[in-house]
Amino acid sequence: MLIKSKKSYQLTDNDVTDEQVYVNRRQLLKSMGYIGAGTLLSQSIARSASAAPFDFWGGSDQASFTQQALNYQKAPATDELLTPEAKVTSHNNFYEFGLDKSDPARNSQGLKVKPWQLTVSGEVSKPVTLDYDDLFKKFPLEERIYRLRCVEAWSMVVPWVGFSLADLIKQAAPTSKAKYVAFETLYDPEQMPGQRSRRIGGGIDYPYVEGLRLDEAMNPLTMLSVGLYGKTLPPQNGAPIRLVVPWKYGFKSIKSIVSIKLVEKMPPTTWNILAPNEYGFYANVNPDVSHPRWSQASERRITTGGLFARNRIATLPFNGYGEEVAHLYKNMDLARYY
Amino acid sequence: MIAVLKTLVHLAAALPLVWLYYGAVNDTIGADPVERVIHFTGIGALNILLISLIITPLAKRFKKPVLLKFRRLLGLWAFTYALFHLLNFLFFELQFDWRLFIDEVIDRPYITVGMFAFAILVPLAVTSWSKVKRKMGKSWQQLHNWVYIAAVAIWVHFYWSIKSDIYEPGLYAVGLIWLLSLRKDRISRWLFKRK
Repeated sequence: MLIKSKKSYQLTDNDVTDEQVYVNRRQLLKSMGYIGAGTLLSQSIARSASAAPFDFWGGSDQASFTQQALNYQKAPATDELLTPEAKVTSHNNFYEFGLDKSDPARNSQGLKVKPWQLTVSGEVSKPVTLDYDDLFKKFPLEERIYRLRCVEAWSMVVPWVGFSLADLIKQAAPTSKAKYVAFETLYDPEQMPGQRSRRIGGGIDYPYVEGLRLDEAMNPLTMLSVGLYGKTLPPQNGAPIRLVVPWKYGFKSIKSIVSIKLVEKMPPTTWNILAPNEYGFYANVNPDVSHPRWSQASERRITTGGLFARNRIATLPFNGYGEEVAHLYKNMDLARYY
Repeated sequence: MIAVLKTLVHLAAALPLVWLYYGAVNDTIGADPVERVIHFTGIGALNILLISLIITPLAKRFKKPVLLKFRRLLGLWAFTYALFHLLNFLFFELQFDWRLFIDEVIDRPYITVGMFAFAILVPLAVTSWSKVKRKMGKSWQQLHNWVYIAAVAIWVHFYWSIKSDIYEPGLYAVGLIWLLSLRKDRISRWLFKRK
C-alpha cells in the first residue's frame, strides 16, 4: 500500500480568483512594463538601458528573453492563492539590475544564460559541473508551491519548478569536512549594470554570495529552481537557476548561481557583510525578531487586487514550515542567531 | 497672470496624485501598489518642500518678490503629500491596525523621525492662513523656522528607510545642505537667539 503523508508545503487546491489574471498575464505584463518604462523610469536607468546592446522596451519584443515550457511533475492543487505570474516577474529585488523593484524586469532581458556553467566544488570527492541543458535534465523536475517571504514584510506564493538541492549535493559526495554550503551569483559587469555602477547596484560588493549550513541545504524543502509557472525562469527571477529556501527571508534565495562550494567554515553572505546587525546568517522567518526597520510580526501578501485589497496576514515562524525545519535549530537561541 | 500660474501649480501637484490613486486602485502601477503610493507621496513631499525652500533665495537673488506668492501654496502641497504618505502607511500598509501603528512609531527610529517631521508640519499648515499669520505677529516666523528642522528630519527618515543605496539620499543631502547654507545667518540667529 502506498502511504502518502501530506507535507505542509504541499498546499491544497484551487486558483479560482486568479484565473482571469492568469489568462491575461501577457497583456498585464506588457501594460506594466510600459508603465514602468514610460513613467517610473529614472533618467539614469533609461540612459544605461538604452546604451546597452539590448534595448528591450525601445525596440520590439523580439529582443526580450524567451522562456521555454518545462516538463515537470505538477504540484498537488493548492487552496493558497497564487501570486499572479505578472507580479512574480515584475516585482523583484535583484540589485545587479537596479534598486527599484521594477528595474530587474526591465534591465535584465539581455542576460545570456546559454552557455551556463554551475560548478559544485570544495569539500567534495566528486566535483560536478552542470552546463545549461544539465540544469533541466540531470534531475527530474517537480513543481512546488512555496510561500516566499521578503525581509521587507511582503510575501508571495510562487509555483516553482526545480529539484532538491540535496540531490545535487549527494552527487558531488561531500567529504566529512563539509559543514556549510557557499553560493555565488554570476559576476559579469558587462551584463549586469548594477555590478558596473555603484549607483545602480546600491554599493554592494559583487558577486552576491549566500550560504547555508549543510543540514539546511540537505533539507528536502531546499530547492534549486529552474522555472516558475511551468516555464524556465526569466532573468529577473534568477535565470537559469536559483536557490529557494522557503523558511528563510527571500534574500537567502540567491539568483543566477554559478558556484556551489562545500566548505568547512561559515561562509560570508552579502547582506550580512553589508549590515550584520540587520541581516544574520540564518535569516529564518521569525515573527518575534524584528528587523530594525520592519516589524516581522505580519506581512502583506501580494496577490491580486489594487490598493484596497485587504491582504495583511500574520507571519508564521519559519514562514509556516516549522514542521519540516524547526528541528534544525533545536538548541539555538533564534533571537541571537537571527 | 498670478492666478493662472497658481492654478497651474495646483494642477501640477494634484494631477500626479489623481494618476497615482487611479492606477493604484486599478492595480496597474506595478506589482505592489501599496509600496508605490507610499514611496511616491513620501518622495513627493520632500521634493515639494525643497522647492518651497528654494523660493526665498531665488526671489532675493533675482529681485522677484512676486515669487513669494507661491511659497505658502507649495508648503501646503508638501504638507498634503506628507499627509497622504502617512495615511497610505496607516490605511494600506498597516491596514488600520492602530496597535501596530503605535508600535511602529515607537520601535522604528526612521518612523519616529518621520512622525516628528510630520508633527512639525501640522502646526505650520494650520497657521498658514493670512489671518492667523497677522494675529501671531513675530511668533509666526519663529514657528515657521521649524521648517528647517522638519526638512532635516524628513531627510533622515528617507535615508534610514533605504536598505543600501546612498546615492539618492546623498544627492538630496547636497541639495538640502545648500538650501540651508543660503540661510545660515538666519538659522544660527534663530537657534542661538542673539537678540
